This record gives sequence, structure tokens and C-alpha cells, in this order.
Amino acid sequence: MNNILNEIGIENYIFLSVILFSIGVFGVLYRRNAIIVFMSIEIMLNAVNLLFVAFSTYHQDAQGQVFVFFSMAVAAAEVAVGLAILVSIFRNLGSIDINNLKNLKG
Amino acid sequence: MNTLIAIIGLGVLCLLFEIFEARKAIIPVTIIGLLAILGLDITDYANPQSYYNNMIIVSKFSAAFSGLFIILTIFLVTLAHKFYQNNQSKISDFIAIKIFLLAGAVAMVSFGNLAMYFLGIEVLSIALYILASSNRLSIKSNEAGLKYFLMGSFASGIILFGICLIYGAMGSFDVTEISELSRSAELPVWFPIGIVLVFIGMLFKIAAVPFHFWAPDVYEGSPALTTALMSTLAKVVAIATLYKLVTIMNADLSGNFQMMIVIVSMASMTVGNIMALRQVNVKRMLAFSGISHAGFMLMTLVSTANAAGTLLYYTSAYALAGIAAFSVILYVCKNNENEDITNFHGLGKTNPLLAAILTAALLSMAGIPIFSGFFAKLFLFNQTIQAGFIALVIVAVVNSIISVGYYFKLILAMYTKESNEVRTATPAVIYIVAVVSIVLNIALGLFPSMVLDLLA
Repeated sequence: MNNILNEIGIENYIFLSVILFSIGVFGVLYRRNAIIVFMSIEIMLNAVNLLFVAFSTYHQDAQGQVFVFFSMAVAAAEVAVGLAILVSIFRNLGSIDINNLKNLKG
Repeated sequence: MNTLIAIIGLGVLCLLFEIFEARKAIIPVTIIGLLAILGLDITDYANPQSYYNNMIIVSKFSAAFSGLFIILTIFLVTLAHKFYQNNQSKISDFIAIKIFLLAGAVAMVSFGNLAMYFLGIEVLSIALYILASSNRLSIKSNEAGLKYFLMGSFASGIILFGICLIYGAMGSFDVTEISELSRSAELPVWFPIGIVLVFIGMLFKIAAVPFHFWAPDVYEGSPALTTALMSTLAKVVAIATLYKLVTIMNADLSGNFQMMIVIVSMASMTVGNIMALRQVNVKRMLAFSGISHAGFMLMTLVSTANAAGTLLYYTSAYALAGIAAFSVILYVCKNNENEDITNFHGLGKTNPLLAAILTAALLSMAGIPIFSGFFAKLFLFNQTIQAGFIALVIVAVVNSIISVGYYFKLILAMYTKESNEVRTATPAVIYIVAVVSIVLNIALGLFPSMVLDLLA
């Protein structure tokens, strides 16, 4: 495992994660379908998980991999709550397009 | 540590009460339990130490802030008695979520490891997403919940990326190790980037400009009790955590970092106050007022040497005034669709005591003497001048003057306009919470050393 990391180099892992993270950020900012926004948030979190594992191998230290479990569990809980909110919005509005949510303004 | 375990136990107990059909006992038992936990917290304050390989570090700082959070939760749980009256069958869920939120809050100020910090912030945020959208038949509450969820999990992603880069630079999540390493050798460029990302994520959570745009919408749409929780407890937790993070990690970043804090702080105060001037919805107005107060609280971060006492004092003053103000708002807007200022017309005649309490709370937020808000600002400005940030203090003073404008708009509406509706009897619970919180606020103003000496 460490040999692979030496050949590829930690920087490339960082670049890959930053690219994935940016894809997630742009998804959150530009897509209007709430489900796709949720997926984009997941991409952001998973990009970070990838980088955690890469750093964990780079430092020869298991803490990073343990942290990935925490962040996966948290992401699952977060998405469960998000989907619940989405279900109640769909019951009230009949749509999950974020553009329809314009009741709060001032 | 015992505090945290006891809080989680109390949350589970709340859920068990539902199973045993003892819903009526939930609120009294929770309040008694929280008072007992406050006692545990005082013993924690007396003997600081670290637990579980430095996962949790109980210090005077963490114990003092935990005490403040517990007191605020007691007030909020007491108010919940009236607020969820028509929703009795779900009361154990609402109370249990508030208690778990408190557990997240305590974990956030007493973390010794970035994993604990991340878990704390997520427990707090997820509980808040649920509470924000808890009125599920109201489309406004749903919208507030979704907006808060999207902004909150976006911010969590940014914080997580920041933590990851800090780990990459340091090879450890332990804050004491990170703090030692950050002083010593050449650091990879990831470390400052990571800190800035964590900082940006936290600015989202405390709703400081330029990351404030979600706050007014979410505050307006959420149920009133949740708004009270967000604007008092959640804001205080986030700023205390940010303070702790900055004191741990600001080793080599001082110059530029302080500049960034000064700019964010000035922008928050100014934007918050100017936008608040033209609001007609009281919750929205208090949201913008909260943004400007976030700016004031950020002033403590420019001189972290011994600002902890001032921060605790300022947050206590602000949160107690917020609780008093929101308990009156809960009463006035109980039967109304919205929270417009017109609902407050004539409150001075129909219910003089609550009008006086709301006036006192607003005067405390504006910073008028006798109330602790004034002394909080006095100590804060004094300290910032000593640290050499004269320009920041000038902007802050100008902003305090602007803020009087919109607080008096509400006070004038209560005393000079004619009432347009009949008011129903006031529940005793609201009187108790409002009076106790405003008396505590004034007591803090008269004896500031009571709080300042806790962290001296």
C-alpha cells in the first residue's frame, strides 16, 4: 500500500479530492432538484473520506481511517433527516424543486 | 465528562417515559434532571482533567460554558410546556431532541480531539434540522428546515475538509499535539488552508457576514421556540467553539488572521444592523440583530490572551436577554399566523409586565446601563482598545447607536400604538421564565465579577 502511495504521490490524491469536492460544491450551488443537491453533498463528504484514507496511509496511522467511519455514520444520519424533511415538503407542495420554496422573504 | 454522560442518560430517559405513558412527568423530571446536571457541572469545574486519551478535556472554560448551556436549556424546556400543548403526543421527542442537542453542545466546548468536535457539531446540527422543520404541516417550517439542512451540511462538508487537511499536515487529531506541532517546525501549506476552511464552516454556523444569508429565512420559518433556541443556545455554542479552536490553533497565523477576523466582525455588525432597520417581522429582526451580535462576539477573537471571561459574560448577557424577549414573543404570537410588529401594538396597556420585560430585554441587547448588555459591551470595547484595534471599536460603537433605532421601533409600537386585539390570559410558565431570565440579566449587570472571575 505504501509503495503505491510513493509511486503516485500524496499530492495527486489531494488534487483528486479537491476536484471531487469542487464537483460537489458546484452541484449544491447550481442544481435545483433537491435529491441531486443531496447527492452533491454526499460527493463532498466522500471526497473528504478518500483524502482521510490517503493521509492515513501517508502518516502510517490508523486514526484517519477510524475517522472515516465516524464521518460515514454522520453522513448517513444527516441524509436520513434531510430525506424526511424532503418527504414532508413533497406532501405539502407536490414537488421537490428548490425553486418552489420562496415563501420566506423580506 | 460526568456532565456529558448524565445529559445523554437524561435524553434516553425522556424517550423511555414515552413508552411508559408518563408524558405529563417529562417536563418536571427533565428540569429537575438538568438542575442536578448543573450540580455535576460545578464539580467538573472544580477538578479539571482529561478523559479517554484526551478525547474529552474538561477545563474551566468548558465547564463554565456548559453551565451556561444547561441554564439556557432549562429555560427552553420550561417554555416547551406551553408551546407543545396541542402536540402532547410527541412531547417526549421534542424534549429528548433538545437534550441531545445539549449533549452535542457540551461535546463541542469540551473536545480534546477533532473527532469529538466533529461529532459534537453534527449532533447539534442534526437536532436543529429536525427542530427547525418540526411543524411538518406548515410549508414555512419545511422550507426553513430544508434551507437550514442544505446550508448546515454544506458547512459541515467544509469543516470536514478543513479537519482532513489539518490531519494531513499534523498526522494527529489530538488538539494538544496539534497545538504543540503548530509552534515548532516547517508546516505544509495544507495546515493554514485547513484552519481557514474550519473557520469558514464555523462562520456559517454562527451566521456571520458573508455567510449569514440563511439566518433570516430559517429564523422566520422555524417554530418560535426553535428560533429562540437557535438565536440563543446554538449561537453561543458556535462562538464558544470557534473561540476554543482559535486559541488552540492560531500559532503562526496571527497577522493576516486577525485582519480577517476584524473585517468579518465589522461587516457582520454593519450589515446585520442596517438590514434589521427595515424589517417588520420581529423574528426576522432578531435574526439580523443576532448577526450583528455575532460580529460583536467575534471581537473577542482578535485578542485571545484573556478574553474568555469577556466572551462568557457577553454571551450570557445576550442569551438571557434573548430568552426573555422570546418568551414574550411566544406569548404574543401564539395565536397569530405571523410575527409582525403590528401584533405588539398596545402590549404596554394590555399586559404591562410582559411589555416591561420585553423592553428590558431589548434595552439590554442595545446596551443601555443597568442591564448586563451594557457592561458586556463596555468590557469588550475596553479589552479591544487595549489590544490596539481602535478602528474596530469605533465601528462597534457606531453600530451600537444604529441598533438602538430598531429596538426602539418595537418598544414604541408596544407603548404608543392602540391595541387591535383582545389578549388571552397569560400562562404562569411564561411569566416565570421571562422574570427569572431578566432578573438574572440585571443581576449580571450589577455584579459582573460573578461571571468574569469564573474564567479569570
